[in-house]
Amino acid sequence: MMQKAVLLSVLVAPAMFGAAASAQSARDYVTVVGSSTVYPFTTTVAEQFGKTGRFKTPKVESTGTGGGFKLFCGGIGVQHADMVNASRAIKQSEIDACAKGGVRDVVEIKVGYDGIVVAGSNRTATLKLARKDLYLALAKQVPDPANPQNLIANPYRTWKDVNASLPADRIEVLGPPPTSGTRDAFLELVMQPGCESWSWIKALKDVDESRFRRVCDAIREDGAYVEAGENDNLIVQKLVANPRALGIFGYSFLEENLNQIHGSLIEGVAPTFDSIASGKYPVSRPLFVYAKKAHMDVIPGMREFVTEYVSERSMGEEGYLADKGLIPLPAGELAKVRAAVLSKSK
Amino acid sequence: MSRTAADTRVLVEKSLRRRYRAERRFRIYGIVSVFVGVAFVLFLFSTIVGQGITAFRQAHITLDVHYDAAALGLDDSSDPALLATANYPAVVRNALRDIFPEAEGRVASRALGALVSVSASHELQRRLEADPSLLGSRERLRFLASADVDQLLKGGIDRTLPEQARPLSDQQIAWVDALTARGQLGLAFNKGFLSQGDSREPEQAGVLGALKGSLYTLVITLLLSFPMGVAAAIYLEEFAPRNRWTDLVEVNINNLAAVPSIVFGLLGLALFLNVFGMPRSAPLVGGLVLSLLTLPTIIIASRAAIKAVPPSIREAALGMGASRLQMVSDHVLPLAMPGVLTGTIIGMARALGETAPLLMIGMVAFIVDPPRGFTDPATVLPVQIYLWADSPERAFVERTSAAIMVLLAFLIVMNAAAVVLRSRFERRW
Repeated sequence: MMQKAVLLSVLVAPAMFGAAASAQSARDYVTVVGSSTVYPFTTTVAEQFGKTGRFKTPKVESTGTGGGFKLFCGGIGVQHADMVNASRAIKQSEIDACAKGGVRDVVEIKVGYDGIVVAGSNRTATLKLARKDLYLALAKQVPDPANPQNLIANPYRTWKDVNASLPADRIEVLGPPPTSGTRDAFLELVMQPGCESWSWIKALKDVDESRFRRVCDAIREDGAYVEAGENDNLIVQKLVANPRALGIFGYSFLEENLNQIHGSLIEGVAPTFDSIASGKYPVSRPLFVYAKKAHMDVIPGMREFVTEYVSERSMGEEGYLADKGLIPLPAGELAKVRAAVLSKSK
Repeated sequence: MSRTAADTRVLVEKSLRRRYRAERRFRIYGIVSVFVGVAFVLFLFSTIVGQGITAFRQAHITLDVHYDAAALGLDDSSDPALLATANYPAVVRNALRDIFPEAEGRVASRALGALVSVSASHELQRRLEADPSLLGSRERLRFLASADVDQLLKGGIDRTLPEQARPLSDQQIAWVDALTARGQLGLAFNKGFLSQGDSREPEQAGVLGALKGSLYTLVITLLLSFPMGVAAAIYLEEFAPRNRWTDLVEVNINNLAAVPSIVFGLLGLALFLNVFGMPRSAPLVGGLVLSLLTLPTIIIASRAAIKAVPPSIREAALGMGASRLQMVSDHVLPLAMPGVLTGTIIGMARALGETAPLLMIGMVAFIVDPPRGFTDPATVLPVQIYLWADSPERAFVERTSAAIMVLLAFLIVMNAAAVVLRSRFERRW
């Protein structure tokens, strides 16, 4: 009996390999890879598309923006992803990598905005923070107050040390790890502008950019900033358990947990749907999806999926993505993006 | 210096008391350890069941819908293209407006429509596509309520909070109470949780896709790793000569059993996807990767079981003129089978709980349609748990725990099957 089983598995395995190869040559669903920040939105569109249309539901993988581009730029053909979610615009190095893989015609879809919030428990008072305060509280090295030209290891222990108008609570911030797109955006939108409050650092940006990034992007490692992993729900739970801590994550998690947490004011503006949409709230970033043009004629439903994505009922002001916490593009910009995407994907 | 018998007696009695005390202490340590272990398990189970049990009941709204041609924006029900694009949400909203005519205007009408899951529109579309003659008729149907209404009924949303801090407005809560009083809204068994695939809407999300994905993946794993593992163990124990090569193989197998699972995922990505060009996210590839992971466990356990069969059995078989293969397949293997099965079940249980290697081969993905074969894109139960735990919607919390319950049930069924098989093979000598 055992011999037969062994023989069987030896026979079955290559047969399955064959089946796999044939399944590969005719893929009839769209595959999307990329950012975990855009994942909740693309999956919503995918589900709507699959439930109402005549095509299969697209498959959406959460691989992170960088990992997504690696897969996306791998080449043209059904074994490579059709689209990629990105929580930032494509970098030149990725455009080059794509070109090397033969992926030249890429349609960029700007889907909307996401706010990054610095939230605290509802049991504490709302903090009024400036980006400079956050930089001073979280940077590894800060300008010496006695001699601002000189950088010293971050000496600040409490918020009051940073800014006399803030409470005398210990600095304790839970945030994303370096692999996260949210961290990149936080550096770019909070740390760097905060850092540029010193004119000599601002000047450095044009002269020696790598030194500028070293000064502004280094986050302290002495325990005041805690890397809390990619799971934003975990940060919310930790804030509830520890009311003195602050957490950094995307706006959609704040919106779902308003009964437990609230967003701190940044430069005097509270993170709300309206303030992010109008651009008043300073810490927001655009989200993107990129699609391979060469795949649109090969993968059934891909063109229709892109059309669904940019449609009014999904990306529009009252579309279902807004219900999921995406901040929609202003009407004028949306019309432009839609027109550009539709004409490019013809 | 010599001791008298009495001295010795005193000495022994003294030490006896000490030795008894030591034994009692040791027993107490043991009992405390068992108690702590059981307490942890009970705590784990009670939190999971306490959080997850509510997911098996779901809020449903019963509505009288009118397939109104004007509301649907549809004059001709025979054209499939028109049927696909008709305005089904309007029909749902009208059914609600019949009950609450005061909900005038766009904002109020939207707020009212938000009480019902978006799946209601999809269901109307399915029904009308299946039977176009329904156009113009009326029907009483039961729909899923939205996740927020569901959470309100289950007590997950605190009514005493200020209005802007909760997802439902005062007006919406008043409507929910009115519908409950009319008997049109209530909790009922959540059939969809076990019969549907994943969804971004918590009220529609189900585990069937992940359950089938896990099943397909484990079938592949079992088909590959069980025969190969047992064959390898038999060869190494009964046939292989003892030399440096077999020693090397043995050391390698033992090391493989301790390799972190993500490494197998990278291997799978490089070998199965990039070299063989197999599809991403398929249970077939998942099963191949996981069988690499379980193979060493099965080989080690099977070798131990085969080694434990008394040599006399082998000698008796050989003495009666059996060949070595007959000796193995008729005598040694049946006797070793309970141990082999134990090793297999440990390996399979480990495979069932893995997510890390599957990340590399694309099984951490949003997949709505449950897989129908070994090459369809699929995800598995632990991945589904991870993805739901990471979702912003609050209603996914109970679903996460419920999915853990399903995973545990799967594990218990698998273990029970192994226990039954083992007791059938169990033999005494």
